[in-house]
Amino acid sequence: MSLLNRAVTADTTLLAPAVQPPHADNSGVDGPLPPEPRRAAPTLEIHTGPQAGAAVGAVKVSARDVNVFYGDKQAIFDVSLDIPDRAVTAFIGPSGCGKSTFLRTMNRMNDTIPSARTTGSITMDGEDVNARDVDPVVLRARVGMVFQKPNPFPKTIYENVAYGPRIHGLARGKSELDGIVEASLRKAGLWNEVADRLDQPGTSLSGGQQQRLVIARAISVSPEVILMDEPSSALDPIATARIEELIDELRGQYCIVIVTHSMSQAARVSQKTAFFHLGRVVEAGPTEDIFTNPRDKRTQDYITGRFG
Amino acid sequence: MTEALPPLAGLRAASPAASAVQVAAERRLKRRYAAEQRFKWYGRLAIILALSFLAVLLTRIVGQGYTAFWTHSVTTQVRIDPARVDRSYIEGTNFDQMIAEAVLVRLGGRDDPEGLASGQIRRLLSPDLGLNLLVRVREDPSLIGRTVTVGGAVSDEADFYFKGGITREQPEGDRPLSNQQLDTLDRLQAEGLVRSGFNTTLFTRTDSTQPEIAGLLGAVIGSALTILVAALLAVPVGVLAALYLEEFSPRNRLTQFIEVNINNLAAVPSIVYGLLGVAVILNTFGLPRASPLAGGMVLSLMAMPTVIIATRSALKAVPPSIREAAFGVGASRTQTVFHHVLPLAMPGVMTGAILALAKALGETAPLLLIGMVAFTPSIPSGPTDAATVLPVQIFLWNNASERGFEERTAAAILVLLLFMICMNALAITLRRRFERRW
Repeated sequence: MSLLNRAVTADTTLLAPAVQPPHADNSGVDGPLPPEPRRAAPTLEIHTGPQAGAAVGAVKVSARDVNVFYGDKQAIFDVSLDIPDRAVTAFIGPSGCGKSTFLRTMNRMNDTIPSARTTGSITMDGEDVNARDVDPVVLRARVGMVFQKPNPFPKTIYENVAYGPRIHGLARGKSELDGIVEASLRKAGLWNEVADRLDQPGTSLSGGQQQRLVIARAISVSPEVILMDEPSSALDPIATARIEELIDELRGQYCIVIVTHSMSQAARVSQKTAFFHLGRVVEAGPTEDIFTNPRDKRTQDYITGRFG
Repeated sequence: MTEALPPLAGLRAASPAASAVQVAAERRLKRRYAAEQRFKWYGRLAIILALSFLAVLLTRIVGQGYTAFWTHSVTTQVRIDPARVDRSYIEGTNFDQMIAEAVLVRLGGRDDPEGLASGQIRRLLSPDLGLNLLVRVREDPSLIGRTVTVGGAVSDEADFYFKGGITREQPEGDRPLSNQQLDTLDRLQAEGLVRSGFNTTLFTRTDSTQPEIAGLLGAVIGSALTILVAALLAVPVGVLAALYLEEFSPRNRLTQFIEVNINNLAAVPSIVYGLLGVAVILNTFGLPRASPLAGGMVLSLMAMPTVIIATRSALKAVPPSIREAAFGVGASRTQTVFHHVLPLAMPGVMTGAILALAKALGETAPLLLIGMVAFTPSIPSGPTDAATVLPVQIFLWNNASERGFEERTAAAILVLLLFMICMNALAITLRRRFERRW
C-alpha cells in the first residue's frame, strides 16, 4: 500500500505552484517523498468545470503518513496528501471510508473524542498542527469548519456571526464587530436576505440560509482553511446550487476542503479530488483527471457508480 | 407468504383452501386489534386509578381542612378595675378572669363565690383576649379604670361548636362543653358578640399550644429559609459536579465509580441523611441545632444527587452539533460549555433542581433528627435561629391532642401543597424564560 501512496503523493505534486512560498520546501517534514520532485514539477493549470483557468495556490496543508485510530480500530491508514491554497479540494468515497475523519484531523476536531489518536504529520504552512505547543483553539480559528447539518447556535443571526470574533477578541468595540458581521454575511451571500432581521434567531432561517450563516460564522474569524463536511447533503437542489456558487466565490481567498457524496458536486466545485476507500487515499489529483481518466480501477468503479 | 394476508374489504378468494388461510389471517388480524384495544384500556385504567387516588386524597384533606380557614371571634367591653391591677406589675393581673366576668355580666349572669360560672366562660374564650388586653394596658396604663373593647378568638371547642362539630344531641358527658356552656355560646351569638371571619391567625402567627391562636407563619418562613439554604448549596454544587462529569472528566474507572455512587446516593433513605447531619453538621461543625442552616445543609445533601442526575441528562440532551459548532469557531471547552451547552440545558437543569427541592421541601425525617421538631413559638429572624418547617409542623399538629389541631393539620397540608404548587409554577416560569432566550 505504501507504494501506492508514494504514487499518489507524487501525483499530487503536479499541483505544486510556480511560485514556492518560503516554507513550502517542507524541509522540516519527514514525508516519504524528498522535496526535489515537487520543486521540479511543472506548473499545471487545471481545466475543470466552470473554473477552468483558475490559478491554484501553493500547498497549504500537507499530510504525511497520517493514521487515525478510534480506540483499537484504525480509521485512516497512511494517508499522505497535499492540499493547495486558494482552491477547492474534494474528498470523495463511499460512506465510512474515512473522508470525514481525515478532514477532522486537519483542525484537530478529533481531539474532542477521547478515544481518537492520530499519528503522522499534518503541516499547515510548514507548521505541524499536532505539535504540542499548537493550541487547538487557535488552530480551529485558522481552520474553520462547516458541518453536514446546518448547526447555527440557537442565538440571533448577529450573535452567530459575532461569537467567533468576540471570543478571539478580533474586534475593538461594537462598530468594528458590526463591520465584521456585515462583511462575513456579505461574503457568505446572506447579507441582503438578513440585513433587516439580524436580531432574529439563526434557527428561524431556511436550511440553505442556515448553512450560509454557518459559513459566515466560519469566515468571521478570518480563517485560512475552511473544511466543509458534506455541506449541502441536507439541502435541496436550489440551496445546494447557492452553496456551490458561494464555495466558488470563496475559493479565491481560502483553502477549501469539501467532503461530498455527490460526484457531480465534486466535479463542479473542486480543482483537486482525492478518492478515499477503506481509510486510504486510492487516488488523488486534478479533478479533471480523476473524473475523466482515473488510474485506479476502484476509482473508476466508484465514479461510474458501480459501488459505494 | 402473500396469500396468508387477508383480502381487502369484501373480497373473498374463490378456492376453499385459500379462503381457509384467509380466515386464519383475518382472525390473527382481529386478535392484533383486540390486543391493541386491550392495551389502551389498561393504560386508561391506570390513569383513572391514579387520578381517583389523588381525588380521594385531595377531597379528604380539603374536606377536613377547609373549616380551619374561618374562625369565630368574640368582642366584649370590659372595665379595667383599678383595684385588680398592680400598676408596678401589670403582668400579674388576671385579665382572662376579668374578661370572663365582663362577659358573664354582659349576659346578665352573676358569678358564684367559687367563680365556677366565670370559669365556665373562661374555657370558651382563648387566652388571646387576656393577652391582647395586657399588651394594650402595658402600652397605655391610662386605660386602667376605663372601659375598653377587647376582642379575640373563641376557644377551639367553642369554635368547633359554632362550626357544627359539637351538637346538643351528643350526650353531655361525651362532649367537651356542658349544656350551660352551649347556652352561653348561643346567647353570645344571639347578642351579636360573636363574629365569624377568615382565619388570619393561621397565616400571621406561629405555633402555639392553643389551636385557636396557632399559626403557620413560623413554619412557612422556616421552610422558605431552609429551602433557600438547600438551593444555594445543592444547585451550584450539583450543576458544577454534573458539568465536570459530563463535559470535562475523562471516562475511566474512577468516574464510572463516582457515577454509580451518585446514583446510589439518590436512593439513600432520607433519615440516613438526618443521622449524617447530626453527626457532621451539628456535632463536628457545631452549627446551631434546629436551625434552617443545618436543615438546609442536610436537605442539600439529599437533593444534590437528583440535581446532578437531572443536569447530566439535560446536558446529554444538548445536540453534539452545537458543541461541534462552538469548537469549530475555536471556542475552548469552557467557553463551549458556558456559552452554548449550559444555556441550552438550563430548562432541564431548572426543572430537575426545582423538583429535587420540592421533594426536599416535603422532607420530614432528617429534620426531626436535627431538632427541628422542637416547639418553636418564635419567627426565625435568620438561618441560624431555631425554626420548624411545614412538614414537621404538620407532624407536630397531627400528634397534638386538641380537637382544633385536627382541622389545622389538614389546613397546614393544604398550605404545604400550595407552597409546592408555587415552586412548580416557578419552575415552569423559569423554564419558559430560559427556553425563550435566544
